[in-house]
Amino acid sequence: MNLASLALLVGVGSFAAGLLGSLTGLGGGIIVVPMLTLLFHIDMRYAIGASLIAVIATSSGAAAAYVREGYTNVRIAILLEIATTIGALIGAMLSVHTTQAKLSILFGVVLIATALRSLRPRAEHAILTTPDRWAAFFQLDSSYPTPSGPQHYSARRIPGGFALMLVGGVLSALLGIGAGIIKVLAMDQVMSLPFKVSTTTSNFMIGVTAAVSAAVYLHQGQIDPAISFPVMLGAGGGALLGARILTRADVRWLRPLFTVIVFVAAVEMLYKGFTGTI
Amino acid sequence: MATRVSEHEVQQAIGGLLRLGVIVAAAVTALGGAVLLIQHGGDPVAHRTFRGEPPALESIVSIVRGALTFNGEAIAQLGLLLLIATPVARVAFTLVAFALQRDRKYVVITSIVLSLLVYALAFGKA
Repeated sequence: MNLASLALLVGVGSFAAGLLGSLTGLGGGIIVVPMLTLLFHIDMRYAIGASLIAVIATSSGAAAAYVREGYTNVRIAILLEIATTIGALIGAMLSVHTTQAKLSILFGVVLIATALRSLRPRAEHAILTTPDRWAAFFQLDSSYPTPSGPQHYSARRIPGGFALMLVGGVLSALLGIGAGIIKVLAMDQVMSLPFKVSTTTSNFMIGVTAAVSAAVYLHQGQIDPAISFPVMLGAGGGALLGARILTRADVRWLRPLFTVIVFVAAVEMLYKGFTGTI
Repeated sequence: MATRVSEHEVQQAIGGLLRLGVIVAAAVTALGGAVLLIQHGGDPVAHRTFRGEPPALESIVSIVRGALTFNGEAIAQLGLLLLIATPVARVAFTLVAFALQRDRKYVVITSIVLSLLVYALAFGKA
């Protein structure tokens, strides 16, 4: 295969990943690495670098829209970004000392967790209106738009959320993913923020987290332009189209399909990791 | 809160900045990718094993220098670098906004995040 045909195929695959990721809300980054390593036999280190590029491209576009609509809590984002950026630096440091086989196994575990999480129906919790000590100190109270007007909300258990964000940063850097499920878990479940605020603020933070490790990997020679350019343009374009379709069509049926793809990728990554054939 | 810049204005500006960054980065990357394929489209693929990139594609200065000589790989890499820089610009902008709002606590918090980002971009050592 020559470079032109690889770029074309990787671009088409990344477009599909970006589209599905955006339509299902699971993000496209999670299947870019399995696609590049399993289908195109690209070295995991290049794949992780290219995937981080896809993560920044797909999240920044959506983040631009959400922050304008007033869902994103910029204060919570920047406060927790201290944790995710430190985590990302730690992850980038660990990646140098981690074998491809171990990364592949860890990836498989995270994919399975993602698949299981996407199958479970989301339990809505009550909106918290009185802040705890930490939330008051960091002025985290805000409001977000709902059909019945602005809804005021508050936050709690900030140190717990902060700790979980550290883990999210490490995983994001190690695996080249957005780690959105961990970020949403920290904000929605631990800090009791409204779900819509959690998902949009998570999306907003993903770009900054991924930028730290992408910058480190650029200096380590893991960002290859020939692989990364079709990944960026494909995934970014797919996510953009997905966002347009989403407002008009009912695409809930896609979620089980995407979950199956994630699950198959998980089994394959685990198998290759344990047999050392990645 | 007595502020000169409203929260709403900051949100609009941040959204616009992110969009602009992604559009510019995508345009440069697309141009670089096209030039790269014209220059090397027929080359065989060798990405099965990791060799690392040549030093010319690893530092900011040499990427810009390479792009100026119309080297496709360097132009595409410059586009990717611009994409990586977009969230960094967002944080820098947020810092200015908090400073204008005289929110000292968040000026400190944002400065910490920005320092970590600039450190990673400039030195790239974790």
